[in-house]
Amino acid sequence: METLEQIRERLLARFPGATVTLIANTAAADQPSLLLDAAHARAIAEWLRDDAELRLDYCSNVTGVDWPDKEIVETVKTTVADPANPEAPPKVVETKTKRLQPGYLEVVYHLYSMSKKHGPVILRLRTGNRTDQVTVPSLTPVWRAAEFQEREVFDLYGVVFEGHPDLRRILMWDQFKDHPMRKDYVSPDDFEWEPTPHGEVLERAKKHYPPPPAAAMNEGGTA
Amino acid sequence: MSDAPASPAPLSDAEREDLRRHGILLTSLEELYNWGRSNSIWPLQFGLACCAIEMIATATARFDIARFGAEIFRPSPRQADLMIVSGTVTKKMAPQVVRLWNQMPEPKYCIAMGACAISGGPFKQGYNVLKGIDRFIPVDIYIPGCPPRPEALLNGLMELQKKIKAERLAGPDAARHTQPDKPSEHPIPEFGAHDLVPPKNDELWQPPTIVRTGKA
Repeated sequence: METLEQIRERLLARFPGATVTLIANTAAADQPSLLLDAAHARAIAEWLRDDAELRLDYCSNVTGVDWPDKEIVETVKTTVADPANPEAPPKVVETKTKRLQPGYLEVVYHLYSMSKKHGPVILRLRTGNRTDQVTVPSLTPVWRAAEFQEREVFDLYGVVFEGHPDLRRILMWDQFKDHPMRKDYVSPDDFEWEPTPHGEVLERAKKHYPPPPAAAMNEGGTA
Repeated sequence: MSDAPASPAPLSDAEREDLRRHGILLTSLEELYNWGRSNSIWPLQFGLACCAIEMIATATARFDIARFGAEIFRPSPRQADLMIVSGTVTKKMAPQVVRLWNQMPEPKYCIAMGACAISGGPFKQGYNVLKGIDRFIPVDIYIPGCPPRPEALLNGLMELQKKIKAERLAGPDAARHTQPDKPSEHPIPEFGAHDLVPPKNDELWQPPTIVRTGKA
């Protein structure tokens, strides 16, 4: 199979306006992926499926990733020469700048070719943010296998797939309001009975404990 | 009872067994009724997760739940006496489990099979898992295990048989199904925006009082 770089070159030649970014994976898995822009994702997906070289006819997996807002501290080192004493070695000044990298939701597609026996080619789609721009194009019209998995990503992460034939919740009930796989999801508090709590569970279970009598007395005495 | 005319002392088990050896069978209606019921428990044929596989194994020839008269798994709650909650009860499934329980006729019994049905088990902290089916329906027998082996399920069934045989048909400690004012149906929880509404049946289940000593 071609490398992702080659696939990217051909994609850019075929779709001149598209933005296709190669995302490297430095982890042990070493599976790089292609980030597509929303405007061209559907056309590129169809091309990947129908191209004679690739024939990526099987979408084996669709999953979501939640990337919350992240504070990034950048350290810039600048060498400043001392104007009063030009002979002295220049001083190194470190300036730290903090910037907030806005979060987004990501959808990952794993594609294989059954006819050519190769794969995977990994595609990524990203939303604008995590609150109001959460729409990405659905690839269900290209690969029917994505239907339920896109519904699952919609259910658990809140990504809205434009062009999906039947976008409903699939695991949680219809009246459910949250998206449980998001990092900032707070699960319902049913920690009233924890026989052996520890860690985070202990902290949540403590909210259900009656106040210890000694502390209650102190509160009354000092308040 | 004390001012009733003096009646002869009831037969002891040893005396009764002695008579049986001579071909004389003595019994009471209660005993006969409970004996019959405890040896023909019809479980509801439904499974929720991996514990159901062990339940199926219990019904096969190797373990053979038929030896205890409980082999007739009924696919309808209307014909079942026993609900074996075999597996994880998700919050999405819980209303259906309670509805099945309500559709079963009295006398009916419930076995919570495995860690999940008892407390949520390894999925206890999950946002989607009910922390024990006893929050919504009354449970008679708890079988620990993950999953319990078929022997454990058979042991649970034998414990249930003991419980049925000890049931009284009259008097202040009579069984639930003989008392019309005791509820046999329980409210079915609704799907809410974040959790089941209500998250537990307060009449059936209250968290045990936690007594902890030491620093808070």
